[in-house]
Amino acid sequence: MEGAVENMRREKRSKKDLKVLKRERKTQHTLLKHAGITTTQQPTQYLVVSNGGLGNGVSREVLLEVLKEGGAVESLLMPPNKPYSYITYASVEDAQNAHRLLNGRTLNGQDQEVTLYLSYVHQVGGEVIEVAPPLPPGLSVVEEFVSPEEEAELLEAVDWTSHPEELTVQKELKHRRVKHYGYEFRYDNNNVDKDKPLPGGLPPQCGAVLQRCLSEGHVDFLPDQLTVNQYQRGQGIPPHVDTHSPFEDTILSLSLGAKTVMDFRHPDGQAVAVVLPGRSLLVMKGESRYLWTHGITPRKFDVVPASEDEGSGVVTSDLSNLTLSRRGTRTSFTFRKIRHSPCDCAYPSVCDSQRPPSPPSLPVANSDACRLETQYVHNVYEEISAHFSSTRHSPWPRVRDFLLSLQPGDTLADIGCGNGKYLGINPQVLSVGCDRSASLVGICAERGFQAFVSDGLNVPLRSSSFDACISIAVIHHFSTQERRLAAVRELVRLLKVGGRALIYVWAKEQEFNKQKSKYLKPNQNQGNLDQGSRSETMETMQGDEEHQPENCVSGSEERQTRLSVHTNRTAFASQDLLVPWHLKGGAKAEATPTQARVFHRYYHVFQQGELEELCRSVSGVTVLESYHDQGNWCVVLKKTQKDV
Amino acid sequence: MKLLTHNMLTSHVKGVINGYPLLIKATEVKVNEVEFNPQFVSRMIPKLEWSALIQAAEGLGHLQDLPGTPIENYENDAEFLRKVHRVLLEVEVIEGSLQCPESGREFPISKGVPNMLLNEDES
Repeated sequence: MEGAVENMRREKRSKKDLKVLKRERKTQHTLLKHAGITTTQQPTQYLVVSNGGLGNGVSREVLLEVLKEGGAVESLLMPPNKPYSYITYASVEDAQNAHRLLNGRTLNGQDQEVTLYLSYVHQVGGEVIEVAPPLPPGLSVVEEFVSPEEEAELLEAVDWTSHPEELTVQKELKHRRVKHYGYEFRYDNNNVDKDKPLPGGLPPQCGAVLQRCLSEGHVDFLPDQLTVNQYQRGQGIPPHVDTHSPFEDTILSLSLGAKTVMDFRHPDGQAVAVVLPGRSLLVMKGESRYLWTHGITPRKFDVVPASEDEGSGVVTSDLSNLTLSRRGTRTSFTFRKIRHSPCDCAYPSVCDSQRPPSPPSLPVANSDACRLETQYVHNVYEEISAHFSSTRHSPWPRVRDFLLSLQPGDTLADIGCGNGKYLGINPQVLSVGCDRSASLVGICAERGFQAFVSDGLNVPLRSSSFDACISIAVIHHFSTQERRLAAVRELVRLLKVGGRALIYVWAKEQEFNKQKSKYLKPNQNQGNLDQGSRSETMETMQGDEEHQPENCVSGSEERQTRLSVHTNRTAFASQDLLVPWHLKGGAKAEATPTQARVFHRYYHVFQQGELEELCRSVSGVTVLESYHDQGNWCVVLKKTQKDV
Repeated sequence: MKLLTHNMLTSHVKGVINGYPLLIKATEVKVNEVEFNPQFVSRMIPKLEWSALIQAAEGLGHLQDLPGTPIENYENDAEFLRKVHRVLLEVEVIEGSLQCPESGREFPISKGVPNMLLNEDES
């Protein structure tokens, strides 16, 4: 009888063991398939702990406690958003012990149970401790800015239940609730009605806090607009830049209640996650206010540094120092000052005050193309010529090489010569330049160069009379394919048979023959192991809600048809765009501060092969060379036949 | 505008067949001394439309008895080259205009810079 019970027990245990073994195999397969982690049957001191990760709600503290049962732990690496961790034991024996004891162990995660599966690996990933990225320029977090008493008082000041006299405007948004004081922020146009202040102003409870902001130098004005956002656990706010035109530079945001993590992102992709503890004051100035987006990812846990549990600061990628922080209800008081003149910040690509009033569409008809180029190329160069010229002094080496390769006595036409920086490179050559901008040609004349004002599509020079032509950074300003082709044809017309033309245009590919900057392709490291073992893992940490920018200055349905404004120093989003020019100096800057400072030039940036193809489509021409040089596509062509 | 440049310019008005040379109507002409480089000048001569140069120089009163065709062995004739040098590189039209011989269209020259832009219907 006893023997039979024993047998049954053994059978039960082995059934359970078999199940664990099966699960373990399955997770090993998933690890390999989704995370590229190769496990081994050979015991080592390293184990990967499936389902014991920050990505499925297991905190460092809880996991460590369990893992210590196996033996002495050397390190525990927990990658953010991943449903697994790496444990290093002091010895292989400890690891074996842990494997025996803990494989299949059920654990209480933050919200649900998880079952751990342990597998040996040959080594654990890079132990490199990454340096925390710096805070975005202009950003600071002041910890314990208000006392617990003040916190309670401020929270009480917000009456979420009633709004009878329209002293405030209250909204239940999709992801949070919001209340406005002083002025209403309207989500339909992402702006405020400056002529319609709300009666009652800011709650009197804010007075002392704001005075402190002033006296401690966080702002140099008293804010007159307050937006209170209340986020329940799991709620967030999509990434956005506060619209420039309604608010002055510094924006203050007081965090009350639970700690959260705010994500800041530069247009070039740099991301910085910043911990905002309760009762801290976030100060956004300058670049961090104008250029970086900020947002709160809707989720129930944040990944935070384990050692600075209560502190603020940047979330690093030091995997040995990350844990989970459970979110709770958080209320933020965002204080802003209404701006009464247009924004004149240094970030026009994201500035609604400095955007062209109505961006043009890409032209199809020739007359539209002419109009576009007049407004967004010719007129702009006239306006910016002095500043533009002051930035164009050093010749590009390969253009210089081309010019120096010419024979003494050769004739050269520089079509689109700008300030004439290539006209004097080779004094043995007769150089004549022309440009569409009279101001730039005037600069050439002052320097003693021979130049005249002319359009690049109809150059008043004799046909077949030049040994060489150059067209440097010109043809990308023509807004239709037809016109770009006509520009190449015009160069060829000027050449003698046997003459050569060098053409440079701006390239869409700003990184070539090199890896694209990782900043250009963010969001690569999202965990996806959970897809393979959905039944085993916990709720997804990321909310499923769409990330629709709600008061982001860019991004609207207009983008389909209208030319978009390029953000400087980022990858080109399309081939046809408007590139801002930030005018420095000059009397005009003072007269009309915002309109005079930024101009938009139209560009068609060329894709790889496009310029070469354009040149090859002209008859009587051979392409001698085609190359990429400092973000430009370049062609040297030779005229092989007389014009027909 | 130097006469060397003028020698390369032509009218580009739509429909014009004989737009060369452009007629110079000068109101201000200057002679600026330029370092004499006989080799450069002699290399330029075959690239020129000689008759257009003579016509332009004559119109400005700077012909300096240059002949209707380049002399033989000019590359060794320093005196000849010096005269050509003056006409090509030292005489400059500062103010005035260039006129298309066929259509009569005038292009202004201001501060030494010809403005050859056409209206939309001319190109």
